[in-house]
Amino acid sequence: MTHLLFRHRDIPEINKLQVYQKNGGFANFKKAVTSLQPKQIVDEVKASGLRGRGGAGFPTGVKWSFLPDTIWPHYVVCNADESEPGTFKDREIMESNPFQFLEGVAIACYAVGANEGYVYLRGEFFEVAKFLDQCIAEMEKAGYLGDRLFGTEYSLRLKTHLGAGAYICGEETALLESIEGKRGQPRLRPPFPAVVGLYGKPTVINNVETLTNLPYIIEHGAAGYRQFGTEKSPGVKIFSLSGNVNKPGNYELPLGATFRELIFGLGGGLPEGRKLRAIMPAGASSSIIRVDNASFERVMDTPMDYENVQNVGSLLGSASVIVIDDSHPMDWVINKTIHFFKHESCGKCTPCRDGNYWMQHLTERIHEGHATEKDVVLLKSVAGQMLGKCLCALGDFSTMAVTTAIERFPEDFEKKVKA
Amino acid sequence: MSLAEKYPEEVQAIFAKYPIKRSAVMPLLYLAQREETYITKESMQDIAHLLDLTVTEVASIVGFYSLYHDEKAGKYRMQVCTDLPCALRGADAFLNNLCGNLGVKVGETTPDGLVTVEAVMCLAACDKAPMFQLQHGDEVHYHENMTVDRTLELIEALKKADVEVK
Amino acid sequence: MAKLINLKINGTPVTVPEGTLVADAAKKAGIDIPVFCYHPKMEPVGMCRQCLVEIGRPMIDRATGQPILDDSGQPKLQFMPKLETACTNPVSEGMVVLTSTEKATTGQKEIIELLLTSHPLDCPICDKGGECPLQNLAMTYGADQSRFTFEEKHHAEKHVALGDLIFLDRERCIQCARCIRFQDSIAGEPVLAFYQRGRNTDIVTCSDPGFDSVFSGNTTDICPVGALTTADFRFGARPWELKQAASVCAQCPVGCNVTFNVRREAKSGGGYAIKRVMPRQNEQVNEIWMCDKGRFAGYPYTESTSRLTLAPAELDSALSRAAAKLAEAKSDAVILAGGRLANEDLYNLKQLAAALGAPAYLYTQMGGGETTTAYGLTAGSNLGDLGKGDTVIVAASDLYNEAPIWHLRLKAAAQRGATLIVANARATKLDEFSSFVVRYAYGDETETVKGLLGKEKVGEAIKNANHLVIFYGADGLGLGGTSALAAACAELLNGKTGQPNNGLIGVWSTPNQQGALELGFRPAADLASKLKGKTVYILAADPAGDDPRLAEALKTAKTVIAQDILATETTRLAEIVLPAAAYTEREGTYTSAERRVQRFYPAVPVKPGTRVDFALVAEIAKKCGVELEGRSALLVMNKLAAGESAFSGLNYASLAEAVEQWPIIGRGDLYYGGTSYENKLGLGVILAQGAQPFNVERSTMKAIRPQENELLAVPVTKLYDLGTTLAPASRLAAQVERFAGVVLNPVTAAKLGLENGGKATVSVNNVEVATQILLDESVSTGVVLIPRSFAIPLSEPAAVKISVAEKA
Ligand SMILES: Cc1cc2nc3c(=O)[nH]c(=O)nc-3n(C[C@H](O)[C@H](O)[C@H](O)COP(=O)(O)O)c2cc1C
Ligand code: SF4
Ligand code: FES
Repeated sequence: MTHLLFRHRDIPEINKLQVYQKNGGFANFKKAVTSLQPKQIVDEVKASGLRGRGGAGFPTGVKWSFLPDTIWPHYVVCNADESEPGTFKDREIMESNPFQFLEGVAIACYAVGANEGYVYLRGEFFEVAKFLDQCIAEMEKAGYLGDRLFGTEYSLRLKTHLGAGAYICGEETALLESIEGKRGQPRLRPPFPAVVGLYGKPTVINNVETLTNLPYIIEHGAAGYRQFGTEKSPGVKIFSLSGNVNKPGNYELPLGATFRELIFGLGGGLPEGRKLRAIMPAGASSSIIRVDNASFERVMDTPMDYENVQNVGSLLGSASVIVIDDSHPMDWVINKTIHFFKHESCGKCTPCRDGNYWMQHLTERIHEGHATEKDVVLLKSVAGQMLGKCLCALGDFSTMAVTTAIERFPEDFEKKVKA
Repeated sequence: MSLAEKYPEEVQAIFAKYPIKRSAVMPLLYLAQREETYITKESMQDIAHLLDLTVTEVASIVGFYSLYHDEKAGKYRMQVCTDLPCALRGADAFLNNLCGNLGVKVGETTPDGLVTVEAVMCLAACDKAPMFQLQHGDEVHYHENMTVDRTLELIEALKKADVEVK
Repeated sequence: MAKLINLKINGTPVTVPEGTLVADAAKKAGIDIPVFCYHPKMEPVGMCRQCLVEIGRPMIDRATGQPILDDSGQPKLQFMPKLETACTNPVSEGMVVLTSTEKATTGQKEIIELLLTSHPLDCPICDKGGECPLQNLAMTYGADQSRFTFEEKHHAEKHVALGDLIFLDRERCIQCARCIRFQDSIAGEPVLAFYQRGRNTDIVTCSDPGFDSVFSGNTTDICPVGALTTADFRFGARPWELKQAASVCAQCPVGCNVTFNVRREAKSGGGYAIKRVMPRQNEQVNEIWMCDKGRFAGYPYTESTSRLTLAPAELDSALSRAAAKLAEAKSDAVILAGGRLANEDLYNLKQLAAALGAPAYLYTQMGGGETTTAYGLTAGSNLGDLGKGDTVIVAASDLYNEAPIWHLRLKAAAQRGATLIVANARATKLDEFSSFVVRYAYGDETETVKGLLGKEKVGEAIKNANHLVIFYGADGLGLGGTSALAAACAELLNGKTGQPNNGLIGVWSTPNQQGALELGFRPAADLASKLKGKTVYILAADPAGDDPRLAEALKTAKTVIAQDILATETTRLAEIVLPAAAYTEREGTYTSAERRVQRFYPAVPVKPGTRVDFALVAEIAKKCGVELEGRSALLVMNKLAAGESAFSGLNYASLAEAVEQWPIIGRGDLYYGGTSYENKLGLGVILAQGAQPFNVERSTMKAIRPQENELLAVPVTKLYDLGTTLAPASRLAAQVERFAGVVLNPVTAAKLGLENGGKATVSVNNVEVATQILLDESVSTGVVLIPRSFAIPLSEPAAVKISVAEKA
């Protein structure tokens, strides 16, 4: 298929401005600014059914419509923090198809009346940020950014902001704190960023991939976009495939493509002699899908969209599909994920701060074979103790793999505590 | 010398970027780390002064983010991702092997003070494991699909470059 | 008036104003929801997650906007699947809150378990033990056994000195950020912060000197665990051994309500000793806060080795001699009273002076008292009510140093929307929170204030103010200058007085100068000349220590009778010394500069060999043949109220009245407002309007013009100085040291070849004093700031010479 988002895979050097321009670049932004009312764009995006690709899957157009038009200025912030283990799609977009992404940011800005947009990149994306700065400078020169764009009253400036190593800054309110020069700790909600966001002003926060869809939606309309995907999950999605597969990488597929197509089709299956044991479809925050003889076919035929992944006991999230083969016990897997969450817990709220601390001690002990059955029970209990009581979703995220690993792979834990 | 004296244009550009001063703290901290490779108390004071913050507030930012360092380590920080996806592809073994070759433990610096080897969380390069990032001053560069041999070669090259600079 | 909202908490109907948080609504209804991070004085942050409750809200029909009813006609409720934090959710109409269901209690227990897992549980050796919210809640909710392995517990540093005054035990900290948020949002000095993240999060300060804030002690009161403790109380005593005595801080004219904690101890020979001072709630005065000077200097002098005492027979003989001298001198006697004396003392003194026909002067460097008694605040005033539409002027005062709690309250008023105008010759900490900063040159104070109305925006803010409160001080001024300044300020008030929250406040240096003024005491313009050859009776003042010229004058006096608590230069050169009881040992009342009369109660017994001031005066009077009330403070107050129109109607009972205040603090659930004390012994009464506004004299000052080789020296006040009651507070030695010196602009210093911290000699009024040089860019060139009470005599601006000290 031809790509909507990964157009660099079809068109060489589309990360050069002239090439992008030659391929219709910025025509959609121009069309938006010169011939569409912001509200028309919001309505079109609503109609397209585009849902946030950052993980939560919130309908993008609906989110935009929450901004009050009594409080100004408005801001658009693009979430390019991409720190969920197993997620590496936004980076490829920004590196290889940067102008489409930036055009998407620009369209979002126009749609919500923002004259300033920030792209928040994780600090590790130092090179990406440098490259984007260069792209932005070229856009300014070419008249796509600046004052009175295309002869209208609309003006727009885009800026990048580098984080400095904190997964929590992907959480949207922590991200805003970080841009404001504070510790990246989540804010209370409500008020939501749509009303009180960056610098206290109404703010839209969207993922890189979400925004990269916009030029296409402007060009082809909601109906055009709905050609792809399913009724409830329209459009295309980039799946970051990692773990024990022969061809890991990013794959752009319509929503609703099956695990089989991704893992065994594009991903080339598992290495010789290995058997698929588990799938984490949403990175380290996933509920772990158990794949065994009984469930193999059903899981493989499950369409990867917002509804159907729930049927196999997980969520689509940011679609970071981590494939785990039969050589890795689950006590090891959750020891890894908890190591991550304990390291990344911001420490603001009690259950996440102390809960992850103890979960790490317990998973470590279990994995090293020093634990008893009681420790496994305690581990699961701590996860339950945290669930639903934290200030932000990170706390809940950290419990997902733990709870499901213990429930769905009891044999791994039995083996450990007996040994 | 203060940051504003040392990098007048860059500091000015940073200030121009944001509607409020405080937002400049993160970019300024990177700048402070550029030559020293860590953030000194003096730089924190300098930044606090520039932004009308207390030095405690600035320190609190340094402490929160893992790419800012308040202590001197090797000139380069070699940060190997050993998070779940990379680990599934052998990152732990890579790191162990590398450490063995360098004769250091994770978190330690080579005797020449050039490289500190660290294990870090996911770097969004899961399909290209084993991989690491090389942090040097305010710069971060990725090295993907690595082997221990190629990593040792890289370290040799860094060493040579370092000697030439000196 | 905010809209009222009806809701039910655990079945109890509750009605509270719109915007009230569920936690507060419950508290008002007498239902305790456990909280740690929440503090009613600060914005909610919802980070500890202790206050989890079930909240149901009526379901609303989208089409009609009306509640959906169930079969029985009751609104259908929608409960969130998750527990919610009571501290972050505002009430809404028809809300149902369940705080002790199985689900809610389980949630609360789960949180406290986690908090306790990384807490050392060292209650038996913890200073907070016995008054610790965590301990109390752990007793209520906690399990008796840990499910976790002790060896894996998080360990952290203990006994971390954040500064000279506050210690941190990192292991006990529960990361509620109350201390950080207090410093940031209430004190306006963000010198505490979190360092690292996750379980490694620690409280740190990087300020130099450490924990650089004069409000630091308050963090120990609101810290819900024993993580933050004060240097004086640490390991000092167990809270349950302590008795409480209500009092009023005597360190400045604000009159913060405090509580002394005392116990009997072996160290004091089985007698009572004061172990600490804590704030006592008075929302109209200090809310629940106090400054570090009050906290750390408020009591050590009681047990100072320089306390004056006399054996009973000697004391009687001293009194007889004093009486004889005074009776002999009659109108040739001079009485000099300090503003530390209580109203009762001053009243008796006034009667004695009248009987002798002798003048009685107030010992102070700050004038304008006649203006503040006429134009001061009146009943119903509360700085806490000032906000949008109101204007506050602070002229020639550095409130942060002179009256820290006012600094804090005016900052809050400004943040509520009041227009704050700060006029001073130099930068002060309040500038940061003001709407307008007006700078002038020393000497131009009065003219500047007179000109404020002419300044466009500033003038508007003054003219259009709903309420106008003016603070004036003696920053850079002496007696004459302050009198003129007060008059100019009074003119700005222009008929606004007499209504609550309008008026003039003098930032005095003593706790009861206002009381003395209300009783008619006035300073003497040329004090030295007034003392020469006279029989002088000096109470609670140390003129000889303050100024060698006054010492000289006293040496020429016929007789000096000095009455004080501690030995001073003045008592040293006195012929007759009368040892007074400390105010911590007695009852009485002070009149704050806001004209609020407040009672203080004895914390410890009167030190043997001393007597209460009013009794000493009554005794002298008696020996002179004048009958005065000397039996009890209450009886003196009854006379005072009957005899002084300003005080009419007051009595000890009305002064002891207290009503419930918000926030509710200090009850069983200490976690709510911290360990400050509930006020059960009196909120005080503001004096009725003073004498009718009189014609203020338009006086002008002569500006001082220093010569070529001279500087303009101006007196200023520092919070920590060498004052006699402060000196015994050894904990504050480093703070005092920091300010011990004269302050110059670096440019001025460079011209004179002086360096920061260098030694120099100041020659003031023909006296040479060795001192230290401190540099500060905010001081104008050609000016030198001379801190008061640092042994450099300067009662008003003067031209001085400064030179480098000879190297020894
Ligand atoms: C702990 C945490 C980490 C997150 N990390 C990211 C991230 O790296 N990138 C991202 O786009 N969204 C991330 N999110 C989701 C964002 O909070 C937010 O929902 C998203 O940026 C909204 O964009 P979208 O509507 O386009 O998906 C994270 C959320 C949480 C709770
Ligand atoms: S020291 Fe006390 S007040 Fe400060 S965060 Fe820790 S527990 Fe809270
Ligand atoms: S979260 Fe409500 S008191 Fe801490």
